[in-house]
Amino acid sequence: MRDVAIVAFAQSAHRRRTDELSEVDLLMPVLHEVLGATGLKANEIGFTCSGSADYLAGRAFSFTMALDGVGAHPPISESHVEMDGAWALYEAWVKIMTGEADTALVYSYGKSSPGRVRDVLTRQLDPYYLAPLWPDSVALAALQAQALIDAGDTDEAALAEIAARNRTAAVDNPYAQLTGDVPSGDHLVHPLRTGDCPPIGDGAAAVILAAGDTARALCERPAWIRGIDHRIEAHGLGVRDLTDSPSARLAAQHAGAFERPVDTAELHAPFTSQEVVLRKALGLGDDVRVNPSGGALAANPIMAAGLIRLGEAAARIHRGASDRALAHATSGPCLQQNLVAVLEGESAHA
Amino acid sequence: MTDVLSAPLVVEFPFTRSLGPVQSAFLTGLRERTVLGVRTEDGTVLVPPVEYDPVTANEIRDLVEVAPTGTVTTWAWNPSPRRDQPLDTPFAWVLVRLDGAGTALLHALDAPGPDAVHTGMRVRIRWAATRTGAITDIACFEPYEGEPGNSEPAPHTGEFADPVTGIVAPARLDYVHTPGRAQSAYLAALEGHRTVGERCPACRKVYVPPRGACPTCGVATAEQVEVGPRGTVTTFCIVNIKAKNLDIEVPYVYAHIALDGADLALHGRIAGIPYDQVRMGLRVEPVWAEGTRHPDHYRPTGEPDADYDTYKELV
Repeated sequence: MRDVAIVAFAQSAHRRRTDELSEVDLLMPVLHEVLGATGLKANEIGFTCSGSADYLAGRAFSFTMALDGVGAHPPISESHVEMDGAWALYEAWVKIMTGEADTALVYSYGKSSPGRVRDVLTRQLDPYYLAPLWPDSVALAALQAQALIDAGDTDEAALAEIAARNRTAAVDNPYAQLTGDVPSGDHLVHPLRTGDCPPIGDGAAAVILAAGDTARALCERPAWIRGIDHRIEAHGLGVRDLTDSPSARLAAQHAGAFERPVDTAELHAPFTSQEVVLRKALGLGDDVRVNPSGGALAANPIMAAGLIRLGEAAARIHRGASDRALAHATSGPCLQQNLVAVLEGESAHA
Repeated sequence: MTDVLSAPLVVEFPFTRSLGPVQSAFLTGLRERTVLGVRTEDGTVLVPPVEYDPVTANEIRDLVEVAPTGTVTTWAWNPSPRRDQPLDTPFAWVLVRLDGAGTALLHALDAPGPDAVHTGMRVRIRWAATRTGAITDIACFEPYEGEPGNSEPAPHTGEFADPVTGIVAPARLDYVHTPGRAQSAYLAALEGHRTVGERCPACRKVYVPPRGACPTCGVATAEQVEVGPRGTVTTFCIVNIKAKNLDIEVPYVYAHIALDGADLALHGRIAGIPYDQVRMGLRVEPVWAEGTRHPDHYRPTGEPDADYDTYKELV
């Protein structure tokens, strides 16, 4: 097994609208920043992998145009997933593990502002039984929240505290979109209030992965990926226990998360109620610092927000604020699919 | 900075999907006001049913009929229905476990307000007046105070006359598209019948239309450069099949055209010359139709053909 680390991370400022920027305009400064942090040139990168979804902005093959920002000619070794960039990172990690590359550039972006994201996300649902009903993303999250309330796992006041804690932490995050004292607001879909829901916005993120000594040469304190795994649950919502996340727990187990305690967790929980599910499934106690970045409640650029969790966790290791961190990304309705990575700084093993 | 353009963009398409035998039986059943489930290998009755066991992934075909009444397992009050949702007045989203089923079905519940909805409440199906074999044949659920249905589901063959074998699910998404700085500038110049590209600060190539970045160097292009109006045909094809909704007689020629000063060929139709006389190196110029933003076509300028060496990098 090769040792692979996240050696650099960059993200855009996440904003409600970026009308003046095309996707490549949004992405390019982030690519330049992450390459600049390592001193690598685009043509020195072994593998490039991106994550995005054309449905968000309604722009077919937008990822091919985003690739312009990499400088992909002469042709580079490259791939794309129509998923959050966390899954692009997984593919890049596999590529490095096979020995076919020593370094990888992973990026993702989401421009939700041109469309109506609650409606857009209905198109990812089962086309036979769900999509014809247009159940929007907030409605599905609200069904999960009510199930948690009925089970005694949380209540509206506890959910409001989760929102407040995340957005207070985000005050120190210059990239965040929604920070500080945000009103709970009216019910958007009962029992979720506007404050329980993530901001809608545009943003991009990128990380660089490197193996072994290359990682040590590029970064003073690499964030080593000790384990990474992703699991999915049945697509029928009524088949699942919405108060639990066996897929997140299984991914965490395979990633080695339960072998030793983590000091930090970056959870991709766009809705407050989802943090309740994840804390339970991942066994995170009060001694674990959850979402010091503010999480997806502070900035939720769809398709990038999961990769940002990995990047934020790695960045804390880079600057010595964490020794062992869990990073989580999710995809699909009600935490249907979950990815967990365990990242460590070198001194944790010294 | 040029003003950024924006325009409404509608993406609309009918998803046409074929059904597996279990889905076909379930949706045909709804048309006949009969709700079918499928028994998994561990004996759980799945409603709505699926083709494969969610745990073992084995094919499952053991169909049973369940009741049109059931119990809410979770709910969410939707005060502002969105387009195409099941009801256009405020309603509750519900997961309902029908009597006899082991899993729950997502749908809408027609109720006067959130205070009238709770987990565990009893509901029944309200059938749509017109049913076609789709999940929307269930108009919604409604509160129900009567006797529960049989908790022991009855075996069912899944056979109906004239079974539904496919669905057409229309999908429409509305956007406001903004093309960004580079394409906005390009489109604004076209309005004045000028073609403006952008030069890469590193390799000096001029891209038309500009996309904001140099795909070779991966850096932003910002210096605007007017190119053309004349150009050279770098390669072409002869179109022999009439395109739908396109009022152009076949055969016609579609070509890559390198406008003078551009380092990327764009494409356009060639006219004003018999189709079999179009050739690589032919010099052409744009013909603008009244009130349009793009050249209608390109026609020969009458200049001598360009030397291959002058455009070979652009083929």
